[in-house]
Amino acid sequence: MIDLAFIVLLPFAGSLLPFAARRLRRPWCTSAAVIPAALTLLLLIPYVPGILGGKTFVFHQPWLDAAGMSLSLRLDGLSFVFVLLVSGIGLLVTLYAHYYLAAKDPMGRFYVYLLWFMGSMLGVVLSENLLLLFFFWELTSLSSFLLIGYWTHDSDARKGARMALIVTGGGGLALLAGILLLGRMAGSYELSIVLASGDLIRNHTLYPAALVLILLGVFTKSAQFPFHFWLPHAMAAPTPVSAYLHSATMVKAGVFLLARLYPALSGTETWFYTVTLVGLATLLVGAVTALFRHDLKGLLAYSTISHLGLITLLFGLNSSLAVVAAVFHIINHATFKASLFMAAGIIDHETGTRDIRRLGGLWRFMPHTATLAMIAAAAMAGVPLFNGFLSKEMFFDEVLQLNMAAPLRFFVPVAATLAAVFSVAYSLRFIHDVFFNGKPSDLPHYPPHEPPRYMKLPVEILAGVCLLVGLLPGLTVALPLAAAAKASLGGALPSYSLAIWHGFNLPLAMSAIALIGGAWLYVKRRRFFAWNRRLPKPDAGRIFEAATKRIVFAASRFTAFWENASLQSYLAWMLAAALAAAGFQLISLEALHGGVALAPVDEVTAVAALLLMVATLATVVWHRRRLVSLVMLSVVGLMVALAFARFSAPDLALTQLSVEMVTIILLMLSLFFLPRTTPVESSPLRRGRDMALASGAGLLVGGLSFAMLSRPYETISGFFLQKSVPEGGGANVVNVILVDFRGFDTLGEISVLAIAGLAIYAMIEQMKLNVPQTDALNRPWAMDAHPLMLVNLSRVILPLALLISVFIFFRGHNLPGGGFIAGLITAIALILQYIAGGAAWTSKRFRVNFQVLAGLGVAVAGLTGAASFFFHRPFLTSAFGHVRLPALGEFEWASAMAFDLGVYLTVVGATMLILSNLGKLSTGRVSGRKI
Amino acid sequence: MELLYSMVLGGLAAAGVYLLLRGRTFPVVVGLTLLSYAVNLFLFATGRLATGLPAVIGHSETYADPLPQALVLTAIVIGFALTALAVILALAALSASGHDGVDDEKEQP
Repeated sequence: MIDLAFIVLLPFAGSLLPFAARRLRRPWCTSAAVIPAALTLLLLIPYVPGILGGKTFVFHQPWLDAAGMSLSLRLDGLSFVFVLLVSGIGLLVTLYAHYYLAAKDPMGRFYVYLLWFMGSMLGVVLSENLLLLFFFWELTSLSSFLLIGYWTHDSDARKGARMALIVTGGGGLALLAGILLLGRMAGSYELSIVLASGDLIRNHTLYPAALVLILLGVFTKSAQFPFHFWLPHAMAAPTPVSAYLHSATMVKAGVFLLARLYPALSGTETWFYTVTLVGLATLLVGAVTALFRHDLKGLLAYSTISHLGLITLLFGLNSSLAVVAAVFHIINHATFKASLFMAAGIIDHETGTRDIRRLGGLWRFMPHTATLAMIAAAAMAGVPLFNGFLSKEMFFDEVLQLNMAAPLRFFVPVAATLAAVFSVAYSLRFIHDVFFNGKPSDLPHYPPHEPPRYMKLPVEILAGVCLLVGLLPGLTVALPLAAAAKASLGGALPSYSLAIWHGFNLPLAMSAIALIGGAWLYVKRRRFFAWNRRLPKPDAGRIFEAATKRIVFAASRFTAFWENASLQSYLAWMLAAALAAAGFQLISLEALHGGVALAPVDEVTAVAALLLMVATLATVVWHRRRLVSLVMLSVVGLMVALAFARFSAPDLALTQLSVEMVTIILLMLSLFFLPRTTPVESSPLRRGRDMALASGAGLLVGGLSFAMLSRPYETISGFFLQKSVPEGGGANVVNVILVDFRGFDTLGEISVLAIAGLAIYAMIEQMKLNVPQTDALNRPWAMDAHPLMLVNLSRVILPLALLISVFIFFRGHNLPGGGFIAGLITAIALILQYIAGGAAWTSKRFRVNFQVLAGLGVAVAGLTGAASFFFHRPFLTSAFGHVRLPALGEFEWASAMAFDLGVYLTVVGATMLILSNLGKLSTGRVSGRKI
Repeated sequence: MELLYSMVLGGLAAAGVYLLLRGRTFPVVVGLTLLSYAVNLFLFATGRLATGLPAVIGHSETYADPLPQALVLTAIVIGFALTALAVILALAALSASGHDGVDDEKEQP
């Protein structure tokens, strides 16, 4: 059953064919587009006997079980009929579009969009999983957006496409919420399960919410009142698109969903009133409006709305016979409406206008097209012997069977007849005003003539179907209709007969009233047109555009208020929000002190803490004198390093110490360019606000820290402590965690470091900075290129420092040390050379490309990890053994050390990349005096 | 000890936040540094405060929690990269706009 998946995938994959053929001659392009559509129909053939026998084929393909998402597909009678419609009419539309599109229209693009739409629509009707269905549902909205907006130069097309996307896309969001609720109630998103749990769903408290949400999706997609307004605006699309999407397929997706979910959702009062009344309103509004449209396609659009309302109404009736009628009308409407759209397209194509007031008397010029249009229009009007008549009779019969309170019981049949009267009237107008009734007036193309032979072929086929189904329903439509209705009902089929003649009965009388009344209405149309002109007509397009504009305006005002380009404002709001959110948690605590006994304070620690706090305060108080502030900051950093040492974290102390050095060097370098002082700018009020925020943050952090420290805790570190020596081969657990247990994290972190280094390097390359010639006190810089003491000292220190970093590196696995710290020590020793000897002097003697070094480090670490693949182990599995290095004693050699080497190289590379480049920026541009 | 530690943390955070809210780039970078000290110390303290028990196997019976230490170690190094990036951005802003304010020219008082 894998070929079900092919049916859905073929159009998507096949869209490459017309794309590839887009520059070839047009017949090639069309043939390329025909292939995928035809193949989907061929793939369907093996299933025909089973489907007509009432079987359901389900193709199970699990995917994300935890999320309830699968790629399962389902082919039953209902999806079978829809696949026939989608692929069959798709095939005809492809052929039709070949003649319809002008030479300047990009044909390849049109067919690509059309095939995407076809695939999406096939996905909707073949999905077994509701989430998968939703995915394709949204794809139909997107591809229809592309198709409606195909003529991108036309502003109406763009607006219409946008409106259709917003309305159907918005409904799609509601549908998603509804589907999620539905899946929650049924416990699965698989249709087989959902459809079988109808009672469970209907008695669930979430049922009304789910129903309303799903119906929102259905009503927007199927252009039901009051969401119908997008469909007439979508008529700006090329006519083949209207024939395909807006009559036969996409707008049917909504009613398809009604049919699909009928066993799960129908049968309640909420369902009955919502669906029936919305359908009824749509039926009336559509039929009445259609008559007064002067645009051929506009008339057909409102007629489509009206017929979709009729189908919706039928589903709402909670009667199994009504479902049969609804499915039947879906098929009939698709055939006659698609052919009418095509006929309208032919008229437009040959005369250059779609305005009914300018057309007339075309029978003399195109009798063949006129005959075809008459057949389809007769079906639309519900004339006996055409297919529309059969389903309309069933519809009349059903509204007469209504079992409800008195006013509605009479109102619905009367309204249905009234709509049918209008339906006959606009069908007559479509034929009489266009093909008869005088002569055409000032046509853009005169005289009009019949279209190319094969442009009429799709219309002939569809009109033929209308006639055949109308004359011989038992031989043509009976079996697929029964299969589809049975699949939709999810149970036994009611007994019905598809005969043309049921004797003299009320439905027949209603049909007669409709035909006679419609003819009378059309004859007397001048009076009604005058009446219609006086009616206020809200322009949905303008209202929609205005509403969109207002929303966009409000949104940009909102954005402009928050995003006011002030970092201070962003930070203040973010901090305030964080304070409120975290502070609330802190206040909700029963007691700040969690009950764990506190450790005593010793004198040395107390003095150190005092020193730290004083230095912090000094950093802030003197922050306007930047160099002084920086010196104070370095005191804070050193005290933090001591704090790590004090609380049993020697690795952290070493790291903090070395990072502190490079940070201070970095900040000093930046101070070379930046002003040396900070002026007083903020108002006292602003400073007060900032102090309040700062105190809040301080209280919060301090409070949280104390609340945490005074509470008992559990740790997962027992595992690391236990396994460090036997499995990681190292006694320094912190280092083993870094290079082994959590090596993947470290790999990510050194990558970030290397990327930051490269980013900084790139930014410095493009920077143009004015180099100040004097210091803050207006003294020129000292230009002692080789400060004797420093130069000599630094050259002695370099080998020693490198030796120490090697030592720190090797002992890292068992004692405090490791790649990070060793890398920082190396970097500091190198930076000292730069400071002492100058950038030019040093880089001449130390030719290392630091970008390459940083990248090499990441590569070494990554390759070490990947090496474990050769031993069929997961990424970053480490191996270890013992090795004896001369003069350094015995070391445990672990593959993790190669990883640590990568860390080392990255740290050296990135740090040097940052500092040496910033340093270079400041040298060679200063003219100062020599000492 | 825990109370003293928390007070120090609070002081660091308050000082960091105050400087973070200044209108010039250099104090903001200094504030960022102070704040990262506070955050690192806080993360470190999630493993609780131990005295004389470094997580080196064989040195004692019990050990300080090594996991937060490993986390903080990389955080310190990444913190340096972050500070460096902030410094370079400050310099880039200086080179682009000619002043060292954190906000747009028109926002300057």
